[in-house]
Amino acid sequence: MGFNYHSYLREKMMPHIWCSGCTHGIVTKALIRAIDKAKFDKNKVVVVSGIGCASRMPGYLDFNTLHTTHGRALAFATGVKLANPELHVIVVAGDGDAVAIGGNHFIHSCNRNIDMTLVVLNNNIYGMTGGQRSPTTLEGDISSTSVYGSIGNPIDVVNLAIGAGATFVARTTTYHVHQLESYIYSGLMHKGFSVIDAVSACYTAYGRRNKQRYKSAIDMLNYMKNNVVNISAAREMNSEELKGKIIIGIFKDSLEPEYCEEYQKMINRVKNKT
Amino acid sequence: MADIRFIQGNEACALGAIYAGCRFFAGYPITPSSEVAEMLSEELPLVDGVFIQMEDEIAAMAAIIGASLAGKKSMTATSGPGMSLKLENLGYACITEVPCVIVNVQRGGPSTGLPTSPAQADIMQARWGAHGDHPIIALCPSSVSEMFTETVRAFNLSEMFRTPVIVLSDEIIGHMREKIVIPQEGEIPIVNRKKPKVPPHEYKPFKGEEDFVPPMAAFGEGYRYHVTGLSHNEEGFPIQSGELVHQMNVRMHNKIYKNLDKIIKNEVYMCDDAEIIIFALGGAARSSKGAIRHLREEGIKAGLFRPLTIWPFPEEDLRRVCSRAKNVLVVEMNLGQIVFEVERVLSCMGVKIDGMFDSSGEPFTPLSIVRRVKEIFQR
Repeated sequence: MGFNYHSYLREKMMPHIWCSGCTHGIVTKALIRAIDKAKFDKNKVVVVSGIGCASRMPGYLDFNTLHTTHGRALAFATGVKLANPELHVIVVAGDGDAVAIGGNHFIHSCNRNIDMTLVVLNNNIYGMTGGQRSPTTLEGDISSTSVYGSIGNPIDVVNLAIGAGATFVARTTTYHVHQLESYIYSGLMHKGFSVIDAVSACYTAYGRRNKQRYKSAIDMLNYMKNNVVNISAAREMNSEELKGKIIIGIFKDSLEPEYCEEYQKMINRVKNKT
Repeated sequence: MADIRFIQGNEACALGAIYAGCRFFAGYPITPSSEVAEMLSEELPLVDGVFIQMEDEIAAMAAIIGASLAGKKSMTATSGPGMSLKLENLGYACITEVPCVIVNVQRGGPSTGLPTSPAQADIMQARWGAHGDHPIIALCPSSVSEMFTETVRAFNLSEMFRTPVIVLSDEIIGHMREKIVIPQEGEIPIVNRKKPKVPPHEYKPFKGEEDFVPPMAAFGEGYRYHVTGLSHNEEGFPIQSGELVHQMNVRMHNKIYKNLDKIIKNEVYMCDDAEIIIFALGGAARSSKGAIRHLREEGIKAGLFRPLTIWPFPEEDLRRVCSRAKNVLVVEMNLGQIVFEVERVLSCMGVKIDGMFDSSGEPFTPLSIVRRVKEIFQR
């Protein structure tokens, strides 16, 4: 029997805003299954987002949902979690939301290690506003604001998260549906700040403009299928061989002091003194 | 025994917040408001509250909104450059009707301006800084005691009306040290937000009651509702342009402007027989009061109208108090902002309105105000 999504969806909010060919729905379903598997009480789940296509996801989900300002979801989520650490706080963000306008919040959330999960729906483009270049747009690719080809290296969400101190960091694609669910689940179960870079596809605003790689929306999934390299294999490959590849896997999984717990310890310490 | 202290305005603000039930503060260091954060970093853990220093001013504003949605009374404190950054999420708190308190200890501007000197040049920013139509409440304390009591009132109003409230202080009041008698527990009533009385499936988180204010459930209490900065319906879900959007904006406006009697507060000092009424707030009102005592000693009938609530503007009270005056002098530490509101409100009353403006970062001396009043009378 198939998984029953109905009890997790606000079906009166349908139809959703996502275009045909968009793979954000795949992330949404993977997230629902991961939450179901984690057996979280729906009343204790808070899903927070910023602005963009990905950020519309919480509106469709039957949890406590918070659709905030562009890039700021992690900062709002920090307030929610610290105010009530019993809540399961999940943040969903697009690539522009997470690492462009929200870059500062991203870095400091990774560094603080508050027990929250961030899923980056990384489709390499600002889809909602019409296909402008994002920080993860691939070099040379066409967007509505890089019509002669994007200049410069894209930001690697995984490397940024590791560098900033996130304690669980994984990447996979929306082609690898079960792995995506599994990584999100691991992120939810992880004590600390977890980042899942979910490679997503925007055919309408990105794929169509880059026919050198994608002839159709399906091609975008095929590209993911054919160009992933597992992290263990990637370690044996040089940078030339890794060009154009998507490295997937769990990059970091470590247990380090979690902020809310450390804060509580501090309270206990100072109150015992006085 | 009375709890008497000799402390700074910023410290009184922090203590007032704790008294009001604030249990979450997020901030970012900025002069001249940092003492609010410093004191709360010490005090909040002692009452099981949360203090967090965020990565920037924007994040601090976001975090207090998140904390308020999770059920905690929350506050941030800043000054001009930081206030400019808060505005993004201040607008968000307005449209999502999330109670929270923002302290702006005003300093000279624009931009970095005069970090350690007072100004009152953010008055219009407080009202209109966030984009879009939105109501706002802003309070102007004028003493260390009032930094305490107005912070408590800010929390009470924010809880009562599900709205952000700005404590619009200035560097004079923030850094001044004065005697303060800390109110006893229960001495000032504390207001807590209305909670829904209906089961979750009947709850409409943005449907106003008779006072136009919707009850507010906290995340985690079983109501599972949606909060968005998009224009939304009573259930909280986004809607497209149309009558419903207008209705939502009007209700948000009404919850403030139809409840003015609960929000407006003024000090009216020696105005009964006054020929000239000085309109001033915050730090400028202190110099003005001194000037009025000098003027009275010289037989000049001067009085003070000092709003403690500057937004919404005290239109009716000002008209009533000024109904017999010949002159009004607006004294403000800027190049002329609130004077335009005074002119608007008192137009067609036949009263002559003058302004006394200064953006030097130096407080007005009472004698400079005395001289100005005499000039007006000799004219």
